[in-house]
Amino acid sequence: MGIKQDTFLRESRRKASDMDHRRKINFSLSQSHKAFREGQLRFSNVEAARQQAKNVKWKALENLDKYLEEFEKNFTLRGGKVIWAQNAQEAREAVLKICRDKQAKKIVKSKSMVTEEIHLNKFLEDNLIEVIETDLGEYIQQLADEPPYHIVAPAMHKSREDVAQLFHEKLNVEAGLPPEQLTLVAREKLREEYREAEIGITGVNFILADIGGVAVTENEGNARLSTSFPQTHIAITGIEKLLPSVDDLDLFWPLLAAFGSGQNITVYNTIFTGPKQKNEPDGPQEMIVILLDNGRTKVLADPEAREILYCIRCGSCLNVCPVYQNIGGHTYATPYSGPIGAVLTPLLEDLGQYKHLSYASSLCGSCTDACPVRINLHKLLLDNRHKAVVENYSSRSEKFGWYAWRKASLSRTIMNMAGGNMKNFVISKLFGKLWGDDRELPVFAPKSFSQLWKERD
Amino acid sequence: MQVSVFIPCFVDQLFPQTGFNMVKVLEKFGCTVKYNPNQTCCGQPAFNAGYWSDCKPVASKFMNDLADAEYIVAPSGSCVGFVRNYYERVLEDNQAAAVNFGKGLFEFSEFLTNVLQITDAGATRHGVATYHDACGALRECRIKEAPRKLLAQVKGLELREAPDCETCCGFGGTFAVKYEPISIAMGEQKVLNAMNTGADFIISTDWSCLMHLDGYIRKKGYPIQTLHIVDVLASGW
Repeated sequence: MGIKQDTFLRESRRKASDMDHRRKINFSLSQSHKAFREGQLRFSNVEAARQQAKNVKWKALENLDKYLEEFEKNFTLRGGKVIWAQNAQEAREAVLKICRDKQAKKIVKSKSMVTEEIHLNKFLEDNLIEVIETDLGEYIQQLADEPPYHIVAPAMHKSREDVAQLFHEKLNVEAGLPPEQLTLVAREKLREEYREAEIGITGVNFILADIGGVAVTENEGNARLSTSFPQTHIAITGIEKLLPSVDDLDLFWPLLAAFGSGQNITVYNTIFTGPKQKNEPDGPQEMIVILLDNGRTKVLADPEAREILYCIRCGSCLNVCPVYQNIGGHTYATPYSGPIGAVLTPLLEDLGQYKHLSYASSLCGSCTDACPVRINLHKLLLDNRHKAVVENYSSRSEKFGWYAWRKASLSRTIMNMAGGNMKNFVISKLFGKLWGDDRELPVFAPKSFSQLWKERD
Repeated sequence: MQVSVFIPCFVDQLFPQTGFNMVKVLEKFGCTVKYNPNQTCCGQPAFNAGYWSDCKPVASKFMNDLADAEYIVAPSGSCVGFVRNYYERVLEDNQAAAVNFGKGLFEFSEFLTNVLQITDAGATRHGVATYHDACGALRECRIKEAPRKLLAQVKGLELREAPDCETCCGFGGTFAVKYEPISIAMGEQKVLNAMNTGADFIISTDWSCLMHLDGYIRKKGYPIQTLHIVDVLASGW
């Protein structure tokens, strides 16, 4: 068992029995479930919408090379710059170079899971550049020095009392402020930061090939402010976020809003097509899009695994996952948690180190049912497990265990050998400890159905 | 009508009585029941663990053991769902046969309502029950209404819906032992929500779920029992 698997198990045990965590998470998720149900009802035919969306993403990924070049051509025509970053290090260094060129000391950024993936904040801070998260949930997490808990709602595990206490400790405001006041406190603090920052960094929800633009979706307006005051806008995105056309947004914007937060449409939807043009009153002097690979082309090359790249990061799979519900986002210890993280992380990073994420699932299939782009999530978990076995990441004792199972299952004679008492004894010795202290073991019948059937005749 | 029964490995070994109750109900409604005692397991445990090359010979044998049957009925949504939806992948060199085989395979409650067109099994069982939608039955086989229709006709039984009836119980095969703390927490939430409905029984189509929940209930000494739908429908006559 690897270190990461050990830690995961230990943390799972701790979180799963933490009743305070359970209470908060059950509350937050019940809100999400209600929103999800309402969101589904907004479609006249949600199944057709999901299938259509899957087809669009299929087309985008099958032709990704062509579309990415089309995006670059159209975006650079208007003076935008495109950087192709092979991996996290190249992306980080590209950002740092831009900061040095602009002599930037402060960055404001909007919520972006890809920036978590490349560990951007810590890197910039180590290089003496201040980074301020402007999304309220991310701002809360930054104050608490914690990574985001959920890909859409970074602080969903914190109650209003937790946030009030955090603000009291870190920002010196009165204890016990209500949510409306806490929001105003954050708003006031952040207003100055937008004005002072030299660079604004955002993520991207969709890369639009035909018009050479990137679409950013948000509820707070912080991405807009992060790209309005600073003179330089850096947008970082995984290469898979591509849509062939701006016209595809009329399906994807409502899909993302409905599945992500039960809304008709998210509050602010912006399309950035480059720096300030000659005839425009304002906008950043410079806009750079960093296209990040970081293992995505490896996944793309696998025809079965490829569909995981259709993900639009709506968070629905996290919300419906009973494992996530019991262990929470932090237990995964990876930027992407829940079912998407369980499939993607072993593929993007390292199967040997992260396969436990694909095994930590009861395969209930709720994720597959919830996905707006119809990714067969639980089938992909099974594929990862198979890959792990084929690539020899399993222990010899486990391999032998399944070999023994196979021998027994091929032989009715073996299965009938030994009475119930012997089987109870053997199973309790082999599995008793693993079955745990919180459950009684099932009891073997003295004779199997097959044996009893013979006697009946 | 001739019906072959598929007795899942864990029903064979742990709950043979449920197998006999299923035969009893099928015979009541005019089925001639056949059982091939050579059958052992559909192969799902190895497949779910990633050991597809160990699964394949077991799946092949299973298909052979039940090859001649027009109708095959099993007291398990999980096994039926696996054969229907995954045998094509497992038996990649015999895909047409695998798909065809899946078409003749039915979970017990869907067989009663959809094929035999029965909703009243003539059973009696007093008490308050809540039904648990086993994941294999619900999502792999799309079974939702059939068990409820059948249980609604059981004399003396009051059915109450738990708010999380569709949430996974936490068994998931080897997940239950490899990730025991998560498995227990999931089971715990199911049991507590079931008890909150005031139910005396949790009923489901799958012994895999029920034995996991039952293990937890017995450890805690809670006043709720697990029952398989086959056993309920065979009660009182």
